[in-house]
Amino acid sequence: MKVLVPIKRVIDYNVKVRVKADNSNVDLANVKMAINPFCEIAVEEAVRLKEAGTATEVIAVSIGDKSCQEQLRTALALGADRAIQIDTDQNLDSLHVAKLLQKVVEEEQPQLVILGKQSIDSDNNQTGQMLAALTGMAQGTFASAVNVDGEKVNVTREVDGGLQTVALNLPAIVTTDLRLNEPRYASLPNIMKAKRKPLAVKPAADFGLDLTARTTLLKVTPPAERQAGIVVESIDELVEKLKNEAKVIS
Amino acid sequence: MSVLVFAEHDNSQLKADTLKTVAAAQAMGGEIHLLVAGYNCQAVADAASKVNGVAKVLVADNAAYEHQLAENVSLLVTELAADYDHIVATALTTGKNFMPRVAALLDVAQISDIIAVESSDTFVRPIYAGNAIATVQSLDSKKVITVRPTGFDAVATDGSAEVVALDKATDAGTSSHVNDELSVSERPDLGAASVVISGGRGMQNGDNFKLLDGIADKLGAAIGASRAAVDAGFVPNDMQVGQTGKIVAPDLYIAVGISGAIQHLAGMKDSKIIVAINKDAEAPIFQVADYGIVADLFDALPELESKL
Repeated sequence: MKVLVPIKRVIDYNVKVRVKADNSNVDLANVKMAINPFCEIAVEEAVRLKEAGTATEVIAVSIGDKSCQEQLRTALALGADRAIQIDTDQNLDSLHVAKLLQKVVEEEQPQLVILGKQSIDSDNNQTGQMLAALTGMAQGTFASAVNVDGEKVNVTREVDGGLQTVALNLPAIVTTDLRLNEPRYASLPNIMKAKRKPLAVKPAADFGLDLTARTTLLKVTPPAERQAGIVVESIDELVEKLKNEAKVIS
Repeated sequence: MSVLVFAEHDNSQLKADTLKTVAAAQAMGGEIHLLVAGYNCQAVADAASKVNGVAKVLVADNAAYEHQLAENVSLLVTELAADYDHIVATALTTGKNFMPRVAALLDVAQISDIIAVESSDTFVRPIYAGNAIATVQSLDSKKVITVRPTGFDAVATDGSAEVVALDKATDAGTSSHVNDELSVSERPDLGAASVVISGGRGMQNGDNFKLLDGIADKLGAAIGASRAAVDAGFVPNDMQVGQTGKIVAPDLYIAVGISGAIQHLAGMKDSKIIVAINKDAEAPIFQVADYGIVADLFDALPELESKL
């Protein structure tokens, strides 16, 4: 079966973001960018399905300007077979991303689409669910285990009280949680090979969708700073402060 | 103007976070209807009718909604949405799971995880693991919103709303529930506890988490963990506090053997008082802690337990 893996280029997770002085957004100039950690897990899962003989082809897709080709090459180096860049310099709402992905799903007819559960920049946690709604497919979100079983896929999901397993008819949508797998590192030979793998570029405008923004970002501010605290010397002092100064214990 | 709020429950109990979501809905303006979708969930409907500020409780009691599968619940909510301007759910796993599906079916953008309501179309939400706060205006005619419960104070429960049974059964037929493996705990719910004590990689193994038990008992605290502790297999993942785990804002948060990575801070830095116990004086957790103690946790924890 064919597996489609949408990936996103985001700020590296270790970077401490700065808000622009005019409060228009965060400052991404000269900041290290990387593949979103949840998307990396999605690529790894797809590649493992291929290694297990379940998947026959893994296609990575990303929506953005030319710079996201870097992340697509990373996905190819990790084992994806080919890549598609949907070219746009617009900042899209998750709904638009889902609509563009729906077109790719219609074209490629994958049996499984694996996405990250959320991107670490917008923290929306929406795209996979929206794509599932638009395609009419079942969804297995926040997956920590994925087992394809004939015409169905069993997905173990991380839910508030613990774990829940659901069975989904294929084709289906899965979104990854952190504990699904441990992504591999790309080896140098694989990075070299990835340069020759096919990468198709398709302008977003060619899909004929109305991508007018549905939300306006009015402002972005830094979070309230916490007051610097104190270091206490002993447990006695700590307990005394919590009782009498902070009054959070009695 | 009216607001449909999805009630979070497990078919027997209404989750306390729903009361916070209703508070957020009140700030959006209009009559509030609470939707209870489940199976054999009469007890939840009764509890929902007592939530202050709610005009009507809609109950969809059907086997199709027992496990609140996104495929089925989203069809129900989308059908009801015609009569509402705002469709609101709590940003817990159920709400996060089905609400974007509702938004897509209604062809509107969703605004996730809001922490404040500025007006009926303008909302405040954290982005970049809480390192920036965005104010976002929705341009859609219908607003689909999920609410971060720690951002709002719970409404009281001495109301008396009308309860209306809905005769609905929408089964998409594309998914089914197999089983649940839920963690059993006598302690308060992590999201709702007024005191949380969390362990990190410094705990070294799962057995050492027992060192937190006595303190948690004395303080009536819930026990949490950092991602490092979960990934190392010390504790189950539903104990994880952070950007990708639970977001907590207790009166007192005690971080034990936790360095304080950005992703962990995203889940707890709105706590009223933060205490850090760490042997590394340079650990970033000390930059947000109100009280820090530089000590080996294996000495500090038994001493703390004995002195509480």
